[in-house]
Amino acid sequence: MAKKSYRTAINDALRSEMRRNPDIIILGEDVAGGQGATGDVGVVGSVFGVLGGLYKEFGPTRVIDTPISESAIVGAAAGAALTGLRPVAEIMFVDFVGVCFDQIYNQAAKFRYMFGGKAKTPMIIRATIGAGFRAGAQHSQSMHPLFTMVPGLKVVMPSNAYDAKGLMIEALRGDDPVIYLEAKTLYDTEVEVPDEAYRIPFGEARVAREGKDITLVAFGPMVPRALAVAEAVGKDGISAEVIDPRTTSPLDEDTILESVEKTGRLVLVDESPPRCSLASDVAAIVADKGFKSLKAPIKSVTCPHTPVPFAPVLEDEYMPNPRRIEAAVRAVMKFD
Amino acid sequence: MQLSRDELKRAYQRMFTIRAFEERVEKEFAAGNIPGFAHVYLGQEASGVGICHDLTDEDLIGSTHRGHGHCIAKGCDVKGMMLEIMGKAGGLCGGKGGSMHIADLSKGMLGANAIVGGAPPIAVGAALTQKYKKTGRVSVAFSGDGASNQGTVFEAMNMAVVLKVPAIFAFENNGYGEHTAASYSVGGGSIADRARSFGMPAEVVDGVDFFAVHDAMGRALEHCRAGNGPYALEIRCYRFLGHFVGDPQAYRTADELKEARANDPLPLFRKKVTEAKLLEAAELDAIEKAILAEVEDAAQTAIAAPPPDLKSLEKDVYARY
Ligand SMILES: Cc1ncc(C[n+]2csc(CCOP(=O)(O)OP(=O)(O)O)c2C)c(N)n1
Ligand SMILES: [Mg+2]
Repeated sequence: MAKKSYRTAINDALRSEMRRNPDIIILGEDVAGGQGATGDVGVVGSVFGVLGGLYKEFGPTRVIDTPISESAIVGAAAGAALTGLRPVAEIMFVDFVGVCFDQIYNQAAKFRYMFGGKAKTPMIIRATIGAGFRAGAQHSQSMHPLFTMVPGLKVVMPSNAYDAKGLMIEALRGDDPVIYLEAKTLYDTEVEVPDEAYRIPFGEARVAREGKDITLVAFGPMVPRALAVAEAVGKDGISAEVIDPRTTSPLDEDTILESVEKTGRLVLVDESPPRCSLASDVAAIVADKGFKSLKAPIKSVTCPHTPVPFAPVLEDEYMPNPRRIEAAVRAVMKFD
Repeated sequence: MQLSRDELKRAYQRMFTIRAFEERVEKEFAAGNIPGFAHVYLGQEASGVGICHDLTDEDLIGSTHRGHGHCIAKGCDVKGMMLEIMGKAGGLCGGKGGSMHIADLSKGMLGANAIVGGAPPIAVGAALTQKYKKTGRVSVAFSGDGASNQGTVFEAMNMAVVLKVPAIFAFENNGYGEHTAASYSVGGGSIADRARSFGMPAEVVDGVDFFAVHDAMGRALEHCRAGNGPYALEIRCYRFLGHFVGDPQAYRTADELKEARANDPLPLFRKKVTEAKLLEAAELDAIEKAILAEVEDAAQTAIAAPPPDLKSLEKDVYARY
């Protein structure tokens, strides 16, 4: 099986599903690129290149460049979804969601329930997340907790190319609004990805590494970091299990609880400020439903309660980094 | 409006500082000394400098992601800027902001803004302060052609008219928002018409010509300072480079890029002032030489400077967890 990048895996999923289903359209800023310009149209394919070649294959009626108008982009996607299309809207950086959040949480997320189950809103909002890109306070956030707390949204955080493809296809075949969060630092990472279409159901965590002494639950771009630390502490005889929930809503509580039942120890790795994070959310769930399994306090490794700083040294310290993750693992292991 | 020799020198000095600074940014970015993204202002110098020429430190501007030129036009320190853009200690924001969030409140520069359409509502608020406190000062909202399509900008324009605040909407139409042409994205084609439809006077200005921008800004200032509410300028200019440093720009033809470069505000300014015998070429050359040395010094200092102290990570927050 060929190795493919996270970027290519998402592109594959969109391309094959667009071939299969003519109702899927893409809209956003520079999803094609070059509209109205003197040179070539379609040469951008979204600023991180995820949509490369799609304009060429599907043309301007299905790969639609919009003005810089996030409220209208997301609102139009919701309206189109409600009336028979399957739009894939792009919010280039998730930070821009502030401009259009009403259309997400008051509109798209609520139609199905608020209209008594009569409405379907099959739409996807793709957005890039994460620090580590030296992009500063307004281009480096993750915001996944914000979406996860909204009833009516499904929230997907792929951590590798294989999952990225299967989760995207699942999203494109579902009938609900999906927030699909792409980690910008993972775009070039590669794993084996089948050419054919496959679905990964939402709400099914992946046990990324098996272990028996301690459970690490990590989200999106934090999964590779948790795995690296698991390897490192393994050399000292600590057997760490790493769980990648893949979707934060729905959340696979069972897999997490089963793992903690086995290990008795839990560290959460979440690239988010600590309050109201996925880390604090999962910690609360385990404290509630898995209390008896715990042999040590739960520890979380998150960002500090600050905006994302620009200077590389500060940003590296801001993110949950291997040093801090490892320290948390060792602290939990030491507890008796 | 006739400008004194000293004022003309100051205008050229600022325009050339932007040119030299941005060319240096381009170079240092390529050399890996500037983290993240860099959106440079090359080609638009006459716009920022023409707008800010008659502003004081108490007048305010809200800027964009392409903010280095606005900073310099407003009088920000180039060394402090270079330190900031390289993420170093001693930068204008202590290295916490970077190119897209650089600010200097002491100069009335309310920040670059990485959210397109983020600044105009803030500029309206700054104008409200001036009206409320009767300072006689104004607030300028810089936006691009791309930003003119953002709802926040429409709301800001309408509210400025309704509240009759001294806000000047400076739309720098450089023909592109990222990789999409304004001819595609700006429905109706005219940003000035949009502003007019909200009920404020608006002008279309040749942004290559410092004097055209400066004159139009003079009218805007007179209007605002007389208490007549907001004013808008659609400043037509050229973006010499891509959206960011490193943009391959396959969406622009070589001919178009050549045409953009031919519309260079700096030689035009030189030509005008020397032909009118207002300044001599030698004087302008001396200005350039001094600025190149200043930018060189700023770049060397910034490269050599230490990064911010790790302790500053949790400084300037009111709660820690
Ligand atoms: C809300 C928001 N949407 C999208 C972007 C991404 N983006 C950054 S600059 C830019 C283009 C802005 O174009 P324009 O306003 O014409 O300014 P210019 O770059 O030409 O100076 C875009 C789309 C952003 N930063 N913020
Ligand atoms: Mg523009």
